[in-house]
Formats: sequence, C-alpha cells, structure tokens
Amino acid sequence: MVTPALAETGEGAGQKEPEQRGKRFEALHFAFHNTKLVIGLTIVLLLLAVAIIGPYFTSSDPFAFGYPTGQPPSSHYWFGTTAPGQDVFCQFVYGLRSSFIVGALAALVAGLIGMAIGFIGGYRGGIVDDILSMLTNVVLVIPTLAVLIIVAAYLSVGSLTSEAILIGLTSWPWAARAIRAQTFSLAARDFVNLARLSGRGTTRVVVNEIAPNMSSYLFLVFILLFGGSVLTAATLDFLGLGPSQVMSLGLMMNQAVSNAALQLGYWWWFIPPGIAITALVGGLYVMNVGLDEVFNPRLRST
Amino acid sequence: MYRYLVRKSLIYLLTFFVAVTIDWAIPRLMPGNPIDGLIARFQTNSTAAQDLHGFFTRSFGLDQPLWKQYLTFWQGLLHGDLGPSISYVGTSVSELIWQALPYTLALLVPAIILSYIAGNRVGAMAARRKSLDNTALPVAYVLTATPYVWLAIVLSYYLSFRLGIFPISGAYSFSLQPAWTWEFVKDFLAHWFLPFLTLFLVAFGGWAIGMRNLIIYELESEYSNYLQALGAPSKLVRKYAYGNAVLPQMSGLALALGAVVGGALVTEIVFGYPGIGTLIITALNNRDYFLLQGVFLFIIIAVLIANFVVDIAYVIVDPRTRAGIQGS
Repeated sequence: MVTPALAETGEGAGQKEPEQRGKRFEALHFAFHNTKLVIGLTIVLLLLAVAIIGPYFTSSDPFAFGYPTGQPPSSHYWFGTTAPGQDVFCQFVYGLRSSFIVGALAALVAGLIGMAIGFIGGYRGGIVDDILSMLTNVVLVIPTLAVLIIVAAYLSVGSLTSEAILIGLTSWPWAARAIRAQTFSLAARDFVNLARLSGRGTTRVVVNEIAPNMSSYLFLVFILLFGGSVLTAATLDFLGLGPSQVMSLGLMMNQAVSNAALQLGYWWWFIPPGIAITALVGGLYVMNVGLDEVFNPRLRST
Repeated sequence: MYRYLVRKSLIYLLTFFVAVTIDWAIPRLMPGNPIDGLIARFQTNSTAAQDLHGFFTRSFGLDQPLWKQYLTFWQGLLHGDLGPSISYVGTSVSELIWQALPYTLALLVPAIILSYIAGNRVGAMAARRKSLDNTALPVAYVLTATPYVWLAIVLSYYLSFRLGIFPISGAYSFSLQPAWTWEFVKDFLAHWFLPFLTLFLVAFGGWAIGMRNLIIYELESEYSNYLQALGAPSKLVRKYAYGNAVLPQMSGLALALGAVVGGALVTEIVFGYPGIGTLIITALNNRDYFLLQGVFLFIIIAVLIANFVVDIAYVIVDPRTRAGIQGS
C-alpha cells in the first residue's frame, strides 16, 4: 500500500562536527516529547515484550493438541482454544515472534539490496544509474504478491528465513528509489566531492561519507520496510504459502477460516492475530512519522 | 511528452518480457515435475502411469529442448492460448480467466477509483481542519496498517455471520442465474458490497494519509503564502494546493496498483468470490501449474496496462511533462 510519505529533505542529520554531542541530546529531547513516536514505540515494544517473554508462560509447542475444544477465553486459557483443541494464546505469542523475525529479516534483506542499488545509482549517475533505474522500475511494477504466490507455490517455503528472503527480494524497489533520491542531493555536497577528489573509490565514498549522513533516513526506510514485510508475510501465511511447521499469525487466520471458526463463532481464534498485526504495523507507521518529525525540524508542529 | 511516454512504454515492454520469462522459467526450474502430480491424481497402476507420463510429457511439449519450449510459449501467448487447466479438465486457462475476470474487475475498479477520490478529499480536508485531523488521521493509520485478509474476515464475521445483513460468500445466490433483472442486480450487489468495502477501507486509509501530508506541505509553500498575503480567498489557495498535491498521489497510484491487486486476490478468497483470487487458490490446491502461470501472466499484463493508463492520465494532468521538463 502507499505508505506515509517520507519528507524529502536536502539536509542530512548529524554531520561529524564538534556540536554532534549537543545535537544528539537535542534530538533525544525532541524524541521523547513527540507524541507519535512515544505512542508508536510503546506499542511496538509492548508487542515485542509479549513475543519474547510470552513463550515462557505457555507450553513450548503451539501445535500441541489435547486441550478442550472450542473454549472461549477464560482464566485458564487466556485466548481460548481452537476447534481441534489447541491453545490460542500459545499460538498467538509464537506467531507474534515469527512476525517479528520475518519482518526484521525481510526488512534487512530488502534494505541492503535497496541501499546497494540506490546508493550506487544515486552516486554514480549516468549510464549506471539508467540501468539500475530501469531494473528498479521493472521490479517495482510487478505486483509482489503475484510473484510471491508463484514462487512460494513452487518452492514450498520451509522456514521463516526463506520466507523473509523471498519477501525481501521483492520489496526492495521502493527503498532503492527513495535512497537514490536522497543520495542525489547528498552527492552534490562538498564533502563528497572532496572525498571523490582524494581518489576514494565508490564503495569507500558511499560507506564513509554518504551513508552516515543519511543514517536517520535509512532508519526510517527500514521501519517502513519492516511494517510492509509483516503485512506481506501475514498475507502469504494466510494463503498457506508460508512455512507450515512454524506458527505464524497468518497461519492462525488460515486455520481459523478452514476450520469454520466463522461459522462456529470462535472469534477469539481469528480476531487476536489480526489485531496484533494491525497494532504492530500501525505502531511502526506512527513511529515512522514521529521519527521523521524528530529528524527533520521543518516538520515539527509543536 | 512523447519522450516520457516512450520511456515508460519501453519500461513496460521490458517488464512484460521479464515477467513472461520468469513465468515460463519458474515451473521448469523449480524442483518437482508437474506431470508427476497430474499422474498421481489418476491413481493408475505403474505401467499405465508410465505410458501416461510419456503421453502427457509429449503433449505438453515438455520433452522439447528448452529454447523451443520458450518460443512455443510465446507463440501460444500471442494467440491468447495459455494452455489447458489441470483442475478443470477440459477447460482452457484462458476460458477460466475470462469467466473469473468480470468479478475481480467489479471489485477492483470501483474500489480503486472511489478510495482514491474519497481518500484524497478526506486527506485534504483533514489537512485544513485540526479537529478532523485528530480523529481521521489515527483511523487512517489503523486502516492502512490492517491486513486485507483480516478486515475481510472481521467484516464477513460480524456483518454476515452474526448480524446476517450480508450474504456469506459467492457472487450471487445459488438459486439465481446471471441476468439483467433487478432481482439479480440487487442480489449481486449484496454479495459484492463486503469485499468491495474491505478493499475500499484499507486503500482509503493510505490515500488519506498521503494526501494530508502533501496538502500540509503545499499550504506551507511560498506560492501559498504569497497568495494569502495578497488576500486571495482561501478557497483559491486550496484549489492550487490540491492541484499540486494530486501529482505525487497519481504516481503513487501506479505504485499502489500492485498492492491493491494483491489485496483483492486474498479478499476474494475469504469471501469465496469467484474471481481471479479464488482461481489462484484452486490452482494452488490442485497443483495446477498452467492455471497458476496463466493467472500470473494475466495479472502482470493487467497491472502494466493500468500503469500505462495512469501514466497517460499523469501526462494530461501535469503540464510539465507535456513541455518536456522532468515532472516526477
């Protein structure tokens, strides 16, 4: 989906100067006073806590049967049980864990590819940029879900890592585009030209000069990629194309629908996974907007 | 202007070529043999199975050298022949897609257009009024973060199962035949509404947020301040701001098409709506590779065409592209 727009800005945040220390503290101050960032971060951290600590409160196997079938939430079973007799809360916390893992990994993969292509294209310009742009546009136009369905159907994804890599390989184009646009403005700056004049190679210049000055922007891109990957993974899992041996929130919804949870009224089976995904992705998006305001003083409304 | 369109067309042609190649290559590169799956469904004894295996391999052209298979694929494609379907034996893939297509389009086209218009309007209004902004914006964020499948499930559960307002699945009741009668149209709309609403709501959120940010940006720009300093009515300023803000939204529309199509596919699956989405799930369950390939190809072509249409619309709306200056 079209994600909240990142503000375009020519200024990089935090150049290496003596005032860096003061600037960092100033950023932190604005960070903690920014409502959106605080709310978003709280939601995400809460969910992360549940994902990390939760499994210690439940049994180790989310697929385990043997519980009473179709129980609504109670003090015994916090999220109730499924139709064949599994613990929904157990599935929920493990599924949440999977979402975090896949989201982070996929964002990492997509981010790395996007950075490589965006930096090189933006810095080099010319024919290299034209080729990379064309590549980006081609991959961009292809609807990711269609590709993922095709590939996952044939490959039968076995683990979270492979699912994450798959998603990462299809969602990098917009990151590449955004990074390329930012690199263009940075590449025209004096310190980059100085580095280029001193004979530094492309990789050196990109890694040492451009990337650190875009670090805040890169972080924002990563967060948006994270949110998008969680959504894509949930959809893939719902279609049954994710790893079937690993519990995930999408898989919970898939099993709920195929086990007639809608007809039977077992709302506790399919409502919590969706709420978790919505909360996680929504929290990430709101966090992203808040961070944007912190990094770009022009956007601050307070 | 022509350079812009030619460049875009080149990209789309290239994408089409790459997509077709990927589509052709994947079944042949992946582990497993589609013919084995087909034979297994017949459950014959081993000697008959071997003969059948050879027969099917020859008839599907899978014993030819790869480059020849590739050319045959292109040939068939240009004649509109996407191969036979394994799940619906006897029907060709093109026929199945043709039958399912109107239902998907009936969902997609209104959903995309209406969510785009409504989202932009509400986003623009929220940018002006702080009170609307404080209520609409969080709602929009929640909506855009909602997975299509989950919203579909929730709407289906509460409005169809619990309250019984809308029917549960399908495009029309079993007792009716498609016809241009009022009874059928009413029934069709009742089945259509919830899937449409799902697509509309999630897409709406995204557009509203984007437009709101853009309008705020425009209202703070120099020309806006200048106009206000001159004493122009705020309606005039808003008109200009809206016109400028629509441009990035339009490029965003081309990008978002792929995502909405994906959402439509899964929404159809949840509602049992007989569109392309349900076709995909059938193909997945039956290991029907030809159907999968055909649908994938079709989706790509459709998205490319839609992108091209949006690009043409962009040329019409943005005079800078007509003058040859790089717009966006």
